Amino acid sequence: MNENPDFQLACPTPIGIYEHVVMAHGGGGRLMQQLLDKLVQPAFANPYLAARHDSAVFEQGGQRYAFTTDSYVVKPMFFPGGDIGKLAVCGTLNDLAMAGAKPLFLSAGLIIEEGLPLADLQRILNSMAETARAAGALIVTGDTKVVDRGKGDGLYINTAGIGLIEHGGTIAPASVRPGDAVLINGDIGRHGIAIMAQREGLAFETTIESDCADLSGLVGALLEAGIEIHCLRDLTRGGLASALIEIAQAAGVNIEVREADIPVREDVQGACEILGFDPLYVANEGRLAAFVPADQAERALAALRQHPLGADAAIIGQVPGSSSGAVNLQTAFGINRPLDLLSGEQLPRIC
Amino acid sequence: MKYLSEFRDPAAARRLADAIAATVTRPWTLMEVCGGQTHSIMKYGIDRLLPESVELIHGPGCPVCVTPLEYIDKAIAIAETPGAILCTFGDMLRVPGSGRDLLSVKAAGGDVRAVYSPLDALKIARAHPDRQVVFFSVGFETTAPGTAMAAFQAQRDAIANFSLLVCHVRVPPAMEAILSSPNNRVQGFLAAGHVCAVMGYAEYEPIAERYRVPIVVTGFEPLDILAGIHDCLVQLEQGRHEVSNEYARAVTHDGNVPAQALMRQVFCVVDRQWRGLGSIAQSGLGLSADYASLDAESRFELHALSTPEPAECLSGLVLQGALKPDRCPAFGSRCTPEHPLGATMVSSEGACAAYYRYRHTATATPAETA
Repeated sequence: MNENPDFQLACPTPIGIYEHVVMAHGGGGRLMQQLLDKLVQPAFANPYLAARHDSAVFEQGGQRYAFTTDSYVVKPMFFPGGDIGKLAVCGTLNDLAMAGAKPLFLSAGLIIEEGLPLADLQRILNSMAETARAAGALIVTGDTKVVDRGKGDGLYINTAGIGLIEHGGTIAPASVRPGDAVLINGDIGRHGIAIMAQREGLAFETTIESDCADLSGLVGALLEAGIEIHCLRDLTRGGLASALIEIAQAAGVNIEVREADIPVREDVQGACEILGFDPLYVANEGRLAAFVPADQAERALAALRQHPLGADAAIIGQVPGSSSGAVNLQTAFGINRPLDLLSGEQLPRIC
Repeated sequence: MKYLSEFRDPAAARRLADAIAATVTRPWTLMEVCGGQTHSIMKYGIDRLLPESVELIHGPGCPVCVTPLEYIDKAIAIAETPGAILCTFGDMLRVPGSGRDLLSVKAAGGDVRAVYSPLDALKIARAHPDRQVVFFSVGFETTAPGTAMAAFQAQRDAIANFSLLVCHVRVPPAMEAILSSPNNRVQGFLAAGHVCAVMGYAEYEPIAERYRVPIVVTGFEPLDILAGIHDCLVQLEQGRHEVSNEYARAVTHDGNVPAQALMRQVFCVVDRQWRGLGSIAQSGLGLSADYASLDAESRFELHALSTPEPAECLSGLVLQGALKPDRCPAFGSRCTPEHPLGATMVSSEGACAAYYRYRHTATATPAETA
């Protein structure tokens, strides 16, 4: 190489902070975190928001309530295991459930693209109604807007929810303690792979179905079993890894998890290999992580496994004594490596 | 899962690590050529299973990292052309050009699409006959056959609105460039299994002989990599320098002969600029005269566009294996995946990104929840 006069060690100029929103700002990773920290949090700063929880918890008339909102933009609208309507209701029910709240009332905001078949809309509304009904919640208010063809992906849905907190604990990142055990209620990565397979027209030997489900009954089962739940988090955008990192940072604790104990279905693992994805970062819509005292972990595991949505539950790790806000994964080879937020969404790899 | 779980078996990995420890009598330095191997090594902590006297250094085998700045800028120029659709692999979207990346162009209204295959880009061209569709084709010999097939089909079916921005690179000249460098520390190579699945490994035999280095065709699973390392070290300890195949389930001596034939038809060997390394003779693939009509650089009049590569970071040394990513003064501070100084920190296969993701403990601000 030294004989080549053109040869040099060179590299591009640094790229600065994005001046416009890019897709990675919505990917559940570090860019989204920066967007929230630098723009959203300062704009709305208040103690409820600062709790960094799936739901805001407030007190009114001697009762505690949870309040949450979420928007849903999924392509395709219908996918194996669910549709955007079921997703929109389950997602908000789950955000309430992560505070241990029993869902009461939901709202439904629809932004409909001109040209959406009414039959599709009917099917989605039925799905929303059915999911809410099964959870014992009512959709009591909403809004409808129509945008020009080409200005939306068929349908965007926003749902908000209010739930009643009947337990006496504080289920939030701030309650996580050294010595807690970390449990999840089943295998990870199914929703993201189901959507990706549909979106990209990837045909696998078996159809991978989304895990989309309402987790409020599962959380109720934990509470009924008398488990002292410290924190719950649903493992949506960014998957298990991002959720654990968010909790570690919000709670100021370290978290250790064991790769060998994290269930990943073989077909999902295989699809991840093909796509170049890490299942730890793939979205779920029916999975939660629960932080409970170590001496209650086995009872919590039994309670989860007695519920249909927790049949494959597992204890995957613990909160050690140290507290630097880091998450460590022990690989199957016994090597520890840190888990970090991705920049944005995982991108398909070249080879 | 056949071919997956078996190759990640911890007990078998430990046995191989013990065999490696029993083999080694002195320090050795090996290079894994492929970025996919680098990520496996970091992800599974394979380097930590090795004796301290065995050092793994990371080669230039990340196609994203070595794609020259100039070509990223050309892709951006195409994406900014009204009516054009720029398709490429997902990895390429966040790689900075001289000022921006393709994600920024997309955010500003450019039609940029991540595809899994050049043939997907061809489908898009068929579906939008009124728009110019360009596939930005990068990568080593692994991805070149897909590009060749897209070119073949486009020409056969006279798809007039499809063209290719070609920046393919070849592994053997890069290996020779490293071996002939005065900075060279490489005593043995783990060759890239997926490249060899296409090309076979006959072309490595003269390199092994000329430079007296063992070259072991190696796969990507933990046991593949450990087996490759073991084979390479056994050869070094015995004073041998052969080309051997530890990825026989995917690689044959002659490789994928029909794919090579199509590549020879569509491409010709050209000199190529490598990002961070400079120009390496005969190290690239460009469109042959028979397929020149598919050249996007001509179609979009981009031949004159050239971008000098200022010496802002040390990725050139990283790509040669002369510097470990975490020894770079900018690593993890001025250079992170969000604010990369170079492509090695952006690409999913870049060595700096692998170190950042699997070794760097971030001290980020708390995240707000969804």
